[in-house]
Amino acid sequence: MIWLTWRQFRGPALMMAGVLTVFAAALAFTGPGLADDYAQGIAACTGQEGGCTRFLDRFLDSHQSAFLGVSGLLLLLPGLIGLFWGAPLVAREMETGTLRMALTQSVRRTRWFAVKIALVGLATMVAAGIGTLAVTWWASPLDKSAVSSYPRLEAIVFATRGIVPVGYAAFAFALGVTVGMLVRRALPAMAITLAAFALVQIAMPMFVRPNLAEPVKATATFSTANIDGVGEGGLLHVQAGVADAGAWILSSRTVDKDGRTVAVIDLPDADMAKCDAPRQPAKAMQCVADTANRLGYRQEATYHPSSRYWRFQWTETGIYLALALGLTGFSFWWTKRRL
Amino acid sequence: MSTVIRARGLGKKYRQRWALQDCELELPAGRVIGLVGPNGAGKSTLLNLAAGLLAPSSGSIEVCGGPPAADVAQLARVGFVAQDTPTYGRLSVADHLTLGRRLNPGWDDAVARERIDRLGLDPKQRAGTLSGGQRAQLALTMALAKRPELLILDEPVASLDPLARREFMQLLMEAVAEQELSVVLSSHLVSDVERACDYLVVLVDSRVQVAGDLDELIATHHRLVGARRDPATLPGSQQVISASHTDRQTTLLVRTQEPILDPSWSVDGINLEDLVLAYMDKSAPVVRRPRLEVQR
Repeated sequence: MIWLTWRQFRGPALMMAGVLTVFAAALAFTGPGLADDYAQGIAACTGQEGGCTRFLDRFLDSHQSAFLGVSGLLLLLPGLIGLFWGAPLVAREMETGTLRMALTQSVRRTRWFAVKIALVGLATMVAAGIGTLAVTWWASPLDKSAVSSYPRLEAIVFATRGIVPVGYAAFAFALGVTVGMLVRRALPAMAITLAAFALVQIAMPMFVRPNLAEPVKATATFSTANIDGVGEGGLLHVQAGVADAGAWILSSRTVDKDGRTVAVIDLPDADMAKCDAPRQPAKAMQCVADTANRLGYRQEATYHPSSRYWRFQWTETGIYLALALGLTGFSFWWTKRRL
Repeated sequence: MSTVIRARGLGKKYRQRWALQDCELELPAGRVIGLVGPNGAGKSTLLNLAAGLLAPSSGSIEVCGGPPAADVAQLARVGFVAQDTPTYGRLSVADHLTLGRRLNPGWDDAVARERIDRLGLDPKQRAGTLSGGQRAQLALTMALAKRPELLILDEPVASLDPLARREFMQLLMEAVAEQELSVVLSSHLVSDVERACDYLVVLVDSRVQVAGDLDELIATHHRLVGARRDPATLPGSQQVISASHTDRQTTLLVRTQEPILDPSWSVDGINLEDLVLAYMDKSAPVVRRPRLEVQR
C-alpha cells in the first residue's frame, strides 16, 4: 500500500521538492548578505545620535518588496498544498473509477486511506516546515527592523514564521481530502477547498487570534514621545502609546476626563497661548503634553505584548492541528461507512 | 450445491431513490453466471454490494460464506472488474502488476506476466494510453491474478467494440477453464451471456424474474402457437411467461418441465434472447406464483 501511495504521489512530491529547493536556494543565496548588511548597519549606528531608527527604516524600505514577496509565497504554500495534494487525493480516484480497483484489492479500505493520508499528510507538514524554517531564518534581520511597522504578532509576519505554517498546511490538506471525498470531483473540490481555507485564514487573525489571550489594557499619559504634532487651534494628534515596540495593538483611543472617546484633543486657546514658545519646539511640545494630562486626557490602548509570540504560535498551531485531526477523523468514518 | 452469493431482503437506497430493493438471490458456486436485465434494474448496484464497494441500506448479502470485504481474507476471495474497467492512467502495465502483487497475498505473478505477455501488452506502456480493449484485459488480468474464488464483472465489455469484446470474453473463458472459480457477469447484451455463461439470472426492478441453468432454461421454455384461447386454460404445470393474441391466433411462451402434449399447439423452441426479452417485458402477466427453481 505504501508502494502504491508513493507511486501515485511521486510526481507531485518531486515537483514540490524541486520548487522548495529553488526557493530555499534563493533564500540561502541572499540570506547571509542580508544578515551582514544588518549587522554592519547596526554596528555603525549604535551609539550615534538619534540611534538606529533611521537605519532600520531605510533597511526595511530597501528590502520591503522581497520581504513581502517571500512572506506572501509562504502564505500561499499551505493553501496550494490543500488544493493540489488534498482535494484530488480521493476525489480523483472516485472520478476516474480507480477507487473501485483500489478497494477491491486485498487491503482494507481503512488501511488504504490511512496510508494515503499519513504519507501525503506527513509530506505536507514537512514541506511547510522546510518553507517556514527557510523564511524564518532569511527574514530574521528584516523582522527585527520591521518590529513597529510589521509587529511579529500581526497577520502576514505571524502567519509566515515559526511553526504555524505547519499547522495551516496540515489543516488545508485535511480540508482538501474531506471536501474531495464529499464532492467526489477533483476540480470543484479544489475550488471549494481554496474558498473555505481562505475564509478560515481571514477569520483567524480577525476574530480568533486577538482572543487567544486576554489583551493587556494600558493607559498612558502624554509626553513628547507619543504626540505626532500640534495643529491649528490646539488640536493634538496622538499615536498609540504602548511602551512595547513589537506589541500587537488591537485598539488605541484617546479619552477625556469623563472617559469619553475623542477623535482629537481640543485644547483651550488660553492654554495653547501659554505654551507658545516658537524658539523651543521641544519645550512647547512638553508644555502641550502637560496641559493635556492636566485636563484629564489619557491614551487607552489594548494590545498583546510581543512576549506572547511563542505562546500564540503554539496555541494557533494547536488549533489548526486539532481541526486537521477532526477532519481526518471524519474522513476515516466516511471512508468506512459511506465511500 | 454450495452458494457463492446469497442476498436476503437486500436493498440499497441513494438519498430518496431505491436502486435495489428487497432482492432475494442465491447463486450457485462453480458456475459462470450471466446477470441480465434492463438499465436501472439494479444489476450494477447488486454487484457493487457483492464486491463490498457499497454497504446495504437494508437486508444482507453474503459472498463466499461471509459478508463482503469484511476482512483481508474476504477481500482476497473476490475479484472485481468494475464498469468501464478503470485503471491508473499514469501507471504503467508493469506498475499495475506490482500493485497487484503488493496488495494481494494470493497474487499469482507468473500467471499475470504470462497473460500480459500473451496479450501483447508492453509492460512499460502507461495504462492511460492503452486502448479500451487492452485496458479491459489489463483489469481482467489483475482480477484473475488475485486468484479469487469469485470473479465479479460489472458490464466489462459494454464500451468495447465487437472485436475487443470477443477477445475479452475469450480471455475470460480461458481463465475459467484454467482456474477454478465462480464468475458473475452482468451485461445487457444477451450474446455475451450466451457465449460465456452456463447460468442465467434475469433481474427486473430488483427482482429475480428467472434463474437457472442456461441449457435447462432453454429446454424448458417453449413457444406455443395455436388458435386463440385463454392462457388460463393451460394445465397447471405450464407457467405462462408471456402471451400475445391476434384475432385468431394466440402465441404463448410457457415454462414447463413436462412435454407439451396438446396437439392444438404448434410447439417451437426459443432462443436465449426471446427468453430474456419475455422475462424483461413489462407487459408480461405478473403471475405471482412461487418461482420455480430448476431442478438439477
